[in-house]
Amino acid sequence: MSTAADSERVADLARQVVADHNPKSVPIPDYLGACYDAGLSWVHFPEEQGGLGVSRGLQAVADGILQGAGGPVPLGLNPMGYGMAAPTIREHAQSDDLKKSWLRPLATTEDIWCQLFSEPGAGSDLAGLATSAVPDGDEWVINGQKVWTSLAHRARWGLLLARTNPDVPKHKGLTYFVIDMHGPGVETRPLRQLTGQAEFNEVYFTDARIPDAHRLGDVGNGWAVAMTTLMNERSALGGSGSRRGAGTISDAVGLWASRPDLHTPVLRDRLTQLWLRSEAQRLTSERSRASAGVGGPGPEGSIGKLVGAELNQHIYQWCMDLLGPEGVLYHNYNLLDEEDSEADWRGPVQQRFLRSRANTIEGGTSDVMRNILGERVLGLPGDLRADAGMPWKEIPRG
Amino acid sequence: MAEFTFSTEQQELRKAVRRFAADNFDEETVRRLMESDPRFDPKVWARLGAELGVLGLAVPESAGGVGGTLVDQAVAVEELGAALACGPLFGTVYLAIPALVAASAGAARDELLPELIEGRKTAAFAVADQAGAFDPAAVTLTATDGDVTVSGTVARVVDADAADVILVAANGSGGVGLYAVDAAAAQRTNLVTLDLTRPQADLEFASAPAQLIAGPDEAERVITHALQVGSVLLAVEQVGASQHLLDIAVEYAKTRLQFGRPIGSFQAVKHRLADLLVDVEHARSTAYHAVWALTDGSDDPALAASIAQATCSAAFSRVARDAIQTLGGIGFTWEHQAHLYFKRATTDAALLGSAEQHRDRVAKLVLDTAAVERVPDVAVGVPR
Repeated sequence: MSTAADSERVADLARQVVADHNPKSVPIPDYLGACYDAGLSWVHFPEEQGGLGVSRGLQAVADGILQGAGGPVPLGLNPMGYGMAAPTIREHAQSDDLKKSWLRPLATTEDIWCQLFSEPGAGSDLAGLATSAVPDGDEWVINGQKVWTSLAHRARWGLLLARTNPDVPKHKGLTYFVIDMHGPGVETRPLRQLTGQAEFNEVYFTDARIPDAHRLGDVGNGWAVAMTTLMNERSALGGSGSRRGAGTISDAVGLWASRPDLHTPVLRDRLTQLWLRSEAQRLTSERSRASAGVGGPGPEGSIGKLVGAELNQHIYQWCMDLLGPEGVLYHNYNLLDEEDSEADWRGPVQQRFLRSRANTIEGGTSDVMRNILGERVLGLPGDLRADAGMPWKEIPRG
Repeated sequence: MAEFTFSTEQQELRKAVRRFAADNFDEETVRRLMESDPRFDPKVWARLGAELGVLGLAVPESAGGVGGTLVDQAVAVEELGAALACGPLFGTVYLAIPALVAASAGAARDELLPELIEGRKTAAFAVADQAGAFDPAAVTLTATDGDVTVSGTVARVVDADAADVILVAANGSGGVGLYAVDAAAAQRTNLVTLDLTRPQADLEFASAPAQLIAGPDEAERVITHALQVGSVLLAVEQVGASQHLLDIAVEYAKTRLQFGRPIGSFQAVKHRLADLLVDVEHARSTAYHAVWALTDGSDDPALAASIAQATCSAAFSRVARDAIQTLGGIGFTWEHQAHLYFKRATTDAALLGSAEQHRDRVAKLVLDTAAVERVPDVAVGVPR
């Protein structure tokens, strides 16, 4: 449990960082480096690893001061780094020296991280993945293909889940690594999506090499390690702003207010339903924060992911229905040379509408989310699995 | 009193009410009471008031109550709602007591309030609402001055079948006031209700002797307050009942075997129940938010109440429908308790405004007044 003393200590340290490093003039890496050195990047991490060993709930105290003073939102600059890599490294890297050498440049955003999980043949059934890791001396040799990798083209390090044993059931033959994205045998290609843009990549491994020291967790224990990453991803994706009417719904309400000529009673009621569901989800996030306080993300985060994804789609569908014939136009489908992975969300309504189709697929499909809610929250039995107990290499694929 | 955080005392209260409901409102008892006359046990009702003290938890000490808050009252209502507790909760606890609390002190109010809180008497609230809001222009009853009497009719008054006192709105010489009438002075016609646990009666008053509770200077405020508190407590009741029914459906899906496996392992069933979980959690969040909004003034009470009613009415109705679907044939029998909740869900959705009517109110408060501020960019077919 957090104490008032801890809270005061966090606040003091954050105020000191702001006093010594004006966030409006100091370069971002220097500012975030100072935050790291003060233990404010992840306050629940150990000291000297970007933390203070205090309750996770106190991160909000630090962020309120650091970002309130005009500092950057680090999760936006290095999303896979802050949201997924950091907790996984902290828990599973082999030595404190490695943790420190990875965590500080991650925190400063000098090293961008990406996540190499999904494959063309392994989406929802992630544990069925085929990218192989074969030992060779004190190294591992990697071959295979990953897909839907955000930021791979800018990343220095990747979180890689690979198959180290094809002769055992699928979950048991996986191992988790950190791979150097600049190393030989790693090739990144942009993957163009239906909006016209390419915010994701395909990554090909041809005899790429990883030192055994860069393995996270035991050989064959990759699935358990990956769960650390995924639970953090879902809670990061499911989080939402806390002001009423903020977020995606503000696009629809803004459009409604600006176009009285297009109002109909049916569209008004549909928008009210969307507004109410946004508000109910916002209040649910608030309630979950109030009751959880401390502790890591749990399966309840899946409610936020599920509802948020479907709301995004319904809200932009509503925008298109309001606009009618005016809406079925676009600005252009040219692939922009954009360093910005969020470009689709800054585009016009039509681009956001197209982008929203991915919301119920990425980060766990809505179908999988409903399984998680049913099985882990309600305690319902799992589905029958046709590949249960079967060695991975014997499972039909295609 | 941070929003969404219940105190240790409130958690103890919840346990105590749940225990009381398990002992006194088990399914067999509810079924017996819903076909008795009156449709509740006055002795158990009196124990709810005097022994457990949960009929007027939000009544200030100055008015003879325990000085709790609406949060305390909501905790009790959620548990009583989960059990379909029989008794005039709607008329007495949700509406009449909040109206009396909001009214200025006076002989009639001060005499009646303790009787209701202690469970010695019950009341019904015969003020026709317009979807959970009060419209003084819609009041048809008339009142005379001097020897105060009221005359007129009110249809479908919940809990009026056995109430000792009826609160009515009537037009006096100075405007609309809220009056208390001894039920014995009214002509009552008891109605057969869809939900047998929530009785109704038509009422006719012919120069019935009455006592003024709130004069024209404050009646509108008093009645509006009562309807808002009533809407919010009704939403909380819907949450309690929804959770109970979801628990039953989930338990059945875990144990009912077809095709050699529990039906809850089929995604068609599992995903439906997952959707109900989301709806129940959303309903709970909106109902609790409204409880706190009315307690500490942190949000517009009319908006918070309508958000809760729109969300909770829709959620409880859906949970009730889908629970029966999950239960299959057994869920369609008289023997299974699902229909009791289905009928309560249908009734609650219609009382104090439907989900659609509350959505319309939310639209008036949020959309119709929305300023043209942040208009999103719309592509117009010109390359850029």
